[in-house]
Amino acid sequence: MALYKLIDHTADLGMEVTGRTKRELFTKAVLSLMDIVVERKETGAGVKEKALTVEGSDSADLLINFLREILYLFNGEALIIGTCKITKCGNKKLDARLLLEPYNKKKHVIKTEIKAVTYHGLSVERIKNGWRARIIFDV
Amino acid sequence: MNEIKLEKIDDNRWLVPQTGLMRVPGIIYANEKIYDLLKNDESAKQVANVAHLPGIVNYSLAMPDIHWGYGFPIGGVAAFDLDDGVVSPGGVGYDINCGCRLMATELTLADIKDKVKDLTTALYQRIPSGVGSTGYVKLSGKDQKKVLEDGAGWAVKTGFGSANDLETTEDGGCISGADPEQVSKRALERGKQQLGTLGSGNHFLEIEVVQEIFDEKVAQAFGLRKDQIVVMIHTGSRGLGYQICDDYLALMVKHQAETGIALPDRQLACTYLASGRGRNYLAAMACGANYAWANRQILMHLTQDVIEKTLRIAPRELGMRLVYDVCHNIAKIELFNIGGVEKKLCVHRKGATRAYPAGHEAVPARYRSVGQPVLIPGDMGTGSYVLVGQEKAMQETFGSACHGAGRVMSRTQAVKTSRGRSISRELADQGVLVMAGSKGTLNEEMPEAYKNLNDVVQVVHDAGIARKVARLKTIACIKG
Repeated sequence: MALYKLIDHTADLGMEVTGRTKRELFTKAVLSLMDIVVERKETGAGVKEKALTVEGSDSADLLINFLREILYLFNGEALIIGTCKITKCGNKKLDARLLLEPYNKKKHVIKTEIKAVTYHGLSVERIKNGWRARIIFDV
Repeated sequence: MNEIKLEKIDDNRWLVPQTGLMRVPGIIYANEKIYDLLKNDESAKQVANVAHLPGIVNYSLAMPDIHWGYGFPIGGVAAFDLDDGVVSPGGVGYDINCGCRLMATELTLADIKDKVKDLTTALYQRIPSGVGSTGYVKLSGKDQKKVLEDGAGWAVKTGFGSANDLETTEDGGCISGADPEQVSKRALERGKQQLGTLGSGNHFLEIEVVQEIFDEKVAQAFGLRKDQIVVMIHTGSRGLGYQICDDYLALMVKHQAETGIALPDRQLACTYLASGRGRNYLAAMACGANYAWANRQILMHLTQDVIEKTLRIAPRELGMRLVYDVCHNIAKIELFNIGGVEKKLCVHRKGATRAYPAGHEAVPARYRSVGQPVLIPGDMGTGSYVLVGQEKAMQETFGSACHGAGRVMSRTQAVKTSRGRSISRELADQGVLVMAGSKGTLNEEMPEAYKNLNDVVQVVHDAGIARKVARLKTIACIKG
């Protein structure tokens, strides 16, 4: 099954992600964002580990703040997420361990420039078999 | 359009009636053709949402290039009272001072006809474009502070272009009150690498030819004539601006409850203009705006150098001159007559261009007798328009007009529609040479993804807020 579904939005780009648990939902959202931005070919070069703690006022805010951090790692520090393991996942706080690989122009093809993760049309909700999130990016 | 019922005011305006918690009504500039397109998305609802914000004056407005944005619609204009009104980072947009710069030359189409490919290749190679491209200028921390404070003036002082260029740049290429202390480390870090880059997406550099003149007198004042070669640049403040917006938006979302302002959409997060947080945002936003002006000034200089070297001509022969530089994503403190009283307001233009009339003191001296040039780029196949601001814009739209054609197709739709087609070949058949870093960008930006520019501009012209001066046809386009 595909990691995510693209949502049509006139000026921008959105994604819909589902997960059996909130932890799975957040992990898939991170990998989906990365997949929209860049072809995630693992080269094994210069991989490093990073611990990340994110806070938010509710689940939706927490997810947005998490994705903002991931996007900054790419846009600001040229790092691509290899794996993402959420070790603790609360309603207002999460801890994650990331394996990061430096972006290499020759090896990674950039697919879309995402300027930002927006709050517009944002939802994180319970569905029958788990959780669903909808997020719109500014591209 | 969901629950919003628009009422026709006249041939070019539709009223968004004041309902629920809206503080003022909305007005959308559109004719019947554009009104039909409004049904496809939720942009009219976004006009209504903006009308919920405290201190909004007269109307929540949208120009005919209106389309569905995040929070504010693209093409949105809203002015707020300085005492009890708000400022919203989302109402400016992520790309702070995204804008257009039009440069005229002494060349005609005949002069470059056989050299278009060489010129385009040279421009594509020299002008850094595309995602992750690093800039022509690498900044030290000290220099970067000056860029943020002085804008295009810093670029001129550093050797990029001449002081004359500042005269024909909106606000002289610098918003005062910029305070680098209000810009995050992250934003500064992103900015260091990207000064002198075009970026990706809908940003571009185009070689265009003046195809038609609508108003000889004004065209002459702007230095435009038929068959003349001109260059249009569309870009903004790059990662630095995106990061400033993102930082302040997150901050305002976090503290929204403290302001006591209820919002119909979290993306409209805002704070009172008179608050410390509001002042800090404006000081940081000014830094982003100034960075964008320095960026376009450097790109102009680089373009001039590439053209002179490729054609082996002297600066005098090329005669490159800045016609004007406008920003179309900004919040600015400007003076307006509200019910007979002169009042300073904070005007948000999110995908809207300032369009000041003849006689206004903010219009450069050389254009003051005719009005401010309004630069409206369209899709790659169509080209652009130059308009001139009119008095009616001061009365109705806080001195604003549209900023482009506006999208009608989502990016995914455009990619689907373009499947199996070669957009670059189709454009070549229309006499437009395109060089783009990614085929994906080209497909997303296909001409059909946009409204018809002629229709959009006609509404602004017929409504009397800006008048048509010249139409420019694209002959070459470089994109990220």
